[in-house]
Amino acid sequence: MASSQISSLGTPVMDPKYAPLPLVAPGHTNDSVTEKIAHMTMEKETPRAWWLTLLVALAMLGGLGTAILGLLFVGIGLWGPNVPVGWGMDIINFVWWIGIGHAGTLISAILLLFKQRWRNSINRFAEAMTLAAVLCALQYPLFHTGRPWLAFYWLLPYPNTMGLWPNFRSPLIWDVFAVSTYGLVSLLFWYVGMIPDLGTLRDRAKNRISKVVYGMLSMGWRNSARHWSNYEKAYLLLAGLSTPLVLSVHSVVSFDFAVSLIPGWHTTIFPPYFVAGAVFAGFAMVLNLAIPLRWLYRLEDVITMRHIENMAKVMLATGLIVNYGYFMELFMAWYSGDFFERYMMKNRVLGPYWWSYAALMLCNVIVPNTLWWKKARTNTIWLFIVSLFVGVGMWLERFVIIVTSLYRDYMPSSWGYYKATQFDWMFFIGTGGLFLTLMLLFVRFLPAVPMSEVKMILPGAEGRVKR
Amino acid sequence: MAQLFPKQANGLSQASIAAGAAVGASVLLTLFLLARSGYATGAGTPYDQPVPFSHNHHTTGVGIDCRYCHTSVETSASASIPPTQTCMNCHSQIWTFAPLLEPVRQSYRTGESLEWRKVNDLPDFAYFNHSAHVNKGVGCTTCHGQIGEMPLVFQAQSLQMQWCLACHRNPEQFLRPKNEVMAPVWNPPANQLEVGMKLKAEYQANPRLSCSTCHR
Amino acid sequence: MSDVHIPISQVTRVSKGASGAKPRFWRSLDELAGSEDIKVWLHREFPEKASEFTDPEGRRQFLQLMGASVALAGLSSACTRQPAEAIVPYAKAPEQFIPGKPVYFATVLSTDGAAQGVLVESHMGRPTKIEGNPDHPGSLGSTDHFAQAEILNLYDPDRSKSVTYRTETQTWAAFVAAIRPVLDAQKALKGEGLRLLTPTVTSPTLAGQIAELLKQYPLAKWHVHDPIARRNAMDGARLAFGRALQPVYEFSEADVIISLDADFLGLGGDKVANARAFSARRSFDTVADREMNRLYMVESSISVTGSNADHRMAVRAAEVEGIARELASAVGLPVEKGALPASAMAKSIVEAMIKDAKVRPTRTLVMVGETQPAFVHALGFAINEKLGSLGTTLILTEPVEANPPSAENSIEALSTDMAAGKVGALFILGGNPVATAVPESGFVSAMKDQTKVALRVHLGLFDDETSELCHWHIPEAHALETWGDARAFDGTLSVQQPLIAPLYDGKSSHELVQSLLGDSTSTSYQIVQAAWKSRIPAAANFDKGWRRIIHDGLVPASAFPAAVAKTTPGAWMQAEPASNQGDLDVAFRLDPNILDGRYANNGWMQELPKPLTKLTWDNAVLVSPKTAKRFSIPEPEGSARGSFVDRVRLEVGGQSVSMPAWIVPGHPDDVVTVHLGGGRKRSGKVGQGVGVDVQSLRTAGSPWVRSGGQVTRDGTRYGMGCTQDHWKMEDASERGLLRTGSYEEFKANPGFAQHPGQPTEMGSLYPAHPYNGNKWGMSIDLSACIGCNACITACQSENNIAVVGKEQIMMGREMQWLRIDRYYEGDSESPAVHHQPVPCMQCENASCEVVCPVAATTHSDEGLNDMVYNRCVGTRYCSNNCAYKVRRFNFFLYSDWDTNSSLTLQKNPDVTVRSRGVMEKCTYCVQRVNEARINSKNEGREIREGEIKTACQQVCPTQAIVFGDLNNAESAVSKKKASPRNYVLLQEINTKPRTSYLASVRNPNPELHPGASEPTEGEAHHG
Repeated sequence: MASSQISSLGTPVMDPKYAPLPLVAPGHTNDSVTEKIAHMTMEKETPRAWWLTLLVALAMLGGLGTAILGLLFVGIGLWGPNVPVGWGMDIINFVWWIGIGHAGTLISAILLLFKQRWRNSINRFAEAMTLAAVLCALQYPLFHTGRPWLAFYWLLPYPNTMGLWPNFRSPLIWDVFAVSTYGLVSLLFWYVGMIPDLGTLRDRAKNRISKVVYGMLSMGWRNSARHWSNYEKAYLLLAGLSTPLVLSVHSVVSFDFAVSLIPGWHTTIFPPYFVAGAVFAGFAMVLNLAIPLRWLYRLEDVITMRHIENMAKVMLATGLIVNYGYFMELFMAWYSGDFFERYMMKNRVLGPYWWSYAALMLCNVIVPNTLWWKKARTNTIWLFIVSLFVGVGMWLERFVIIVTSLYRDYMPSSWGYYKATQFDWMFFIGTGGLFLTLMLLFVRFLPAVPMSEVKMILPGAEGRVKR
Repeated sequence: MAQLFPKQANGLSQASIAAGAAVGASVLLTLFLLARSGYATGAGTPYDQPVPFSHNHHTTGVGIDCRYCHTSVETSASASIPPTQTCMNCHSQIWTFAPLLEPVRQSYRTGESLEWRKVNDLPDFAYFNHSAHVNKGVGCTTCHGQIGEMPLVFQAQSLQMQWCLACHRNPEQFLRPKNEVMAPVWNPPANQLEVGMKLKAEYQANPRLSCSTCHR
Repeated sequence: MSDVHIPISQVTRVSKGASGAKPRFWRSLDELAGSEDIKVWLHREFPEKASEFTDPEGRRQFLQLMGASVALAGLSSACTRQPAEAIVPYAKAPEQFIPGKPVYFATVLSTDGAAQGVLVESHMGRPTKIEGNPDHPGSLGSTDHFAQAEILNLYDPDRSKSVTYRTETQTWAAFVAAIRPVLDAQKALKGEGLRLLTPTVTSPTLAGQIAELLKQYPLAKWHVHDPIARRNAMDGARLAFGRALQPVYEFSEADVIISLDADFLGLGGDKVANARAFSARRSFDTVADREMNRLYMVESSISVTGSNADHRMAVRAAEVEGIARELASAVGLPVEKGALPASAMAKSIVEAMIKDAKVRPTRTLVMVGETQPAFVHALGFAINEKLGSLGTTLILTEPVEANPPSAENSIEALSTDMAAGKVGALFILGGNPVATAVPESGFVSAMKDQTKVALRVHLGLFDDETSELCHWHIPEAHALETWGDARAFDGTLSVQQPLIAPLYDGKSSHELVQSLLGDSTSTSYQIVQAAWKSRIPAAANFDKGWRRIIHDGLVPASAFPAAVAKTTPGAWMQAEPASNQGDLDVAFRLDPNILDGRYANNGWMQELPKPLTKLTWDNAVLVSPKTAKRFSIPEPEGSARGSFVDRVRLEVGGQSVSMPAWIVPGHPDDVVTVHLGGGRKRSGKVGQGVGVDVQSLRTAGSPWVRSGGQVTRDGTRYGMGCTQDHWKMEDASERGLLRTGSYEEFKANPGFAQHPGQPTEMGSLYPAHPYNGNKWGMSIDLSACIGCNACITACQSENNIAVVGKEQIMMGREMQWLRIDRYYEGDSESPAVHHQPVPCMQCENASCEVVCPVAATTHSDEGLNDMVYNRCVGTRYCSNNCAYKVRRFNFFLYSDWDTNSSLTLQKNPDVTVRSRGVMEKCTYCVQRVNEARINSKNEGREIREGEIKTACQQVCPTQAIVFGDLNNAESAVSKKKASPRNYVLLQEINTKPRTSYLASVRNPNPELHPGASEPTEGEAHHG
């Protein structure tokens, strides 16, 4: 599939020994970058792999539809929860998706403010991933209720005929605001960042339809200096705006648990611990997407080893924070001297669900710590595997927090167990399908790598980077 | 290369922003009004009844007291709809052959009930108690409207929760002396608030706002 | 998913499954509407349970688990307008009929052998709730759980609806015509071949009718068969006194109570009265109040009574007799020694017990249970007599049974006659003997033999196993549908009046017998009233007297006088001592919930967690931990899909059944207990095939125990619906949930239950709630509570609580608002048992209120945690955040929304019927609170103390539950909360519960209970 042009570029072989690696492979010019990236979209015929994955994704999406219909017609009882374990897969997956959504904004906003220019080639689809993940996450709070047809608007404060407000003391209401704000700002950030590239696509578009569509989306972008200065301003402002959100969203989500009185939930360490975990999982997901994408579209020279390794480093750092969180939970349970806390922790590690805690330790503590070694950080195969482990690990973390806290709380007489049903899984896989579909459509129709920003970091283009 | 969009596209795109906002706002406004409209609440429409019973005639006209028919309004949650018997108390004497009243006579003969269409219909999860209100100086017309002027009864109020709360929060706006509670047509005096306050204290009318007052 | 470690692998596995399942699912979506195929669907959903879902169609229909149509109604209700409703007033209104106001009628229910006076609440002509009649000695204002369940039986859609001949539908007239020739033929034979078979009859009117019948047919016979009848007691009295007499207990006089297998709190028509009097001597706040009684329980199985004993000896059946003999010889009766339990502890208890009895002989009560043979009963009478307690703690009266069970009128005698072809016409007036008679009695085979009895007639509520083998089946009128009369345990007479016309045109025994007398037209009313004409003295003002009796629900001072009787020492005392046969006894017991199976079709009873095992929807082989080890029976294994145990093959006397085995701490060793009433074959949609039928194992000679049993694991696993037991009640002492001490400790330190160092007042971030009016609270006395379950059923009946079925129970989704936690204290061989009812705590700082996003649960101005069903969207956050886990969630459409079903007639109109996806919980019966408040306001007064009784409080036989106004220092509840025994659950988390407990006090013999200075609490023990 590699076109003659690309081979003429002579993609150099990456060698981890040379560091610091360049952000863009040598030999690239503005045009070559444009060619390369714009080609990924409509201009070139779609790789078969893309079609196949889309097929799988749509099948999974069908599962989601089925699960939702079943839920609406028959009832939430199709899912696993009971008393005492009132939340299961629903909230586990909600928190998991939200977490994944984090990397996007972090990369785009925070790294931008910190002038981490290596972000420039990965931020775009990291942001797209954020949006997709948030969309998936939103399915759960809505559908996990017993009466979703009421839940979706009764949680909003609006002038209603009942003369009632929602209960602003409830963390679930805080969630509604935190998540929707986050989603909205991320969307804006993503879109604004894309405008110059949309302009490029418009100009390169072959047929009228894509011309018009890209034209509208690019909002008459004409590359003028005035456009650029406005664009830079807007982009920087949005970055500033979304930075606190990166921290707030998951802190608020963690309040769902921290605010309650259940041993294992009622913990002050949750906000930082959740945010770190989210970034951890987010970067894992970015890698899980970047590595295949890079291979699929031969992007080795825009998403270079340096990007990959930096991401691995962030993963290691956040991973260590999470590990510290695990340790603190154990320590605090012991240090509190509180019977219920101690019992909860003992039971969490050694009780009937010991396997979940053990697996968590494997996925989130043992495996990620291999990233101390540069060899591991620069081996894409291994990184891919580590990222998978981390993804699973972060899912397990939520399972451990939710299930193994609820199922044995204060009164032994009402203890129970939790086991997900087929519908739980169908729904989860379904949201996976939703995520994949969105990402696939994104790489097909929109510039997955920001051309304009990559150009800013071309060798010799440094001067043009005002940031 | 050729212009993709005509010149006015700029203007259009800017206008579209305003337009989008306007459309969104009007949709919300429509929903807001619709939820309060007679269509949604059922207020304002009289229904066909087996017999076109006129409260106007029987109360303001003939001067029958509410309690003659709605016997349990002071003692029970339900005001109670009178049995056919009650109609026949009079109509075995007067209008004995009026064709309009045939259903009534038939019901009395056969023992088959008359099927009235319920006009003021609260949802089943809201537990309203007539006695609790009537005994605290809340008049019939406060909720049922100027019943004495209705040939055919229609729902006068929205019966929505915020409407209930309006009174439960500030009863003084509506309270009246107990001897006027059954007035089929009633208009508040100019100094209603003042009177209301007095009555509120006198009748100890302290409506509750707890959920379980009406929902259980 | 406990069997999957790495979700990814699961994902791939399931995604295959899901895509494979899709078409199937689509089909079942449509089917769910009229869902024929729910079974298949459920099998997919609960794979482990596949085999258990018997008669899915029917069970689902009853439980209303789901149904797309209704679900859609739920959907649309959000966005459409209200449906049109009609008002249908009377054409001619009945007298004193006020719409919206319930009316109460006094009547009686003979649910357990003798009459319980009840007041039945009736809304717009339909009875909805049963309460006790405070004036009635058999009720004292409370009832047992059976009486509560009767209301559901009344509306059971499975009740038989028409007269049938064989299977074809017939008419009453046709029946009357058909039996006439047979009766004429019998006339000629002086009724030689005419037989009546009835359950226990205490009705004087019916007895009179039957006497009249026997006059007309001198050679006819009246047989009695009833698994709850007191055959052994009567025979025992016959042995001891030469005639049938019944014991009536005076617990107020008894300081030392020795029960030999007598489950006087759990079974029998006198259990409510017993419970009241017994616990009155066990609950108090100051030592001065009264001396505490002491209960020694010797039992060969497990029982509610045993769980309340101060000393309990779990022994084998023969050893009960042995201990009785020990006691007898100790008081100087010339009897041989019998088998005694081997354990040293049991021996020491027996000694102490005898010593105790000798210290206050006249204030000792020795009682013997129906499961013991006649001889032990006789011995029991003799011992009481010898102690001089006969007449003080134990009163003898004439039996309330009009025809006390005996060998002559037994079903065995009848069966012999039938087999011998001596029976031409058999009339079965109620009951279900084919299912409840021991097969060995030969009754079933005789019934099956078509050549034997020419005419077999069955009068019954259900078209059951018996009607299947009868020519004619007559639908019986329920006790709430017809007139009659009955005697309470002490002989007190009551008239039974109907609350509603027979739903299915049923006939009463009175009417049937009357038709045998040649009068097939007079109604129960006429019959009963005619019979009472003679009974009311001054016939002049009969109507007045009659009306008073009906209004009061009893005839004053009509209890039997104490009978004077002396034991006749004779040969009976020289009877051969029973000895342990074989190394395993099989004890047969009436099921605590469905008795002999008569409540098998009653969802409330099937789903009621059994007092000690907390099992629902099943019976099992109950076995002690030690004996379980002997047969290597494993402990139940908890899971999210039920608690799984091994099935075993229980074999005795060549017969065998396969049942799940369940380990019960404190169960006697070398004994297994099986409950009757399981495995019904024709019970209706609910009870069909629930549990296992163990009748085949029993013998007519000794129906309650059989020696020489064998237990072998058959290797298969079985899931049970247990609401508690497979979760170990561990660390209860650290958790401080259940607090108990001995009477000695209490005397030494009344505040023993208070935990030193526990903060009493902690702050809150939220401002305190002001309470200007009332402030409701509840106190539950753990010393008084006997764990009888009446409160749970009353709550279910009052609050329209749904039945969810075994599968949902196994998923941990039971709906009862009130649960009774059961704690074991001490070692697992002979633990003390404690019961702790747990309703909503109605916390002051309620954790549920804070977290609900839509404010569906809020704090009322009277301190209740209101739950607003119509506002709830179902996030289940409140339940997660409830430390007591007392909230219940409608995961499916559990409630019966089918308005065509007769079951909807039972619903309490003052309580919302909850829909799918809605949280619910105990409300302190807020509908009753509101009713009282509105009445008081209308009358311009304050709510009176005691004016409001919650359903659980009103039904409680021991008055353990007290509800009232905490703002009134004089109220009963305020006084209770001032008691030194008062404590709340989980005080340290500062939820400030309004429901508090009074620590349980037991009265072990100090000689046997050395150095119990430390307050002990429920310890780590499991079932």
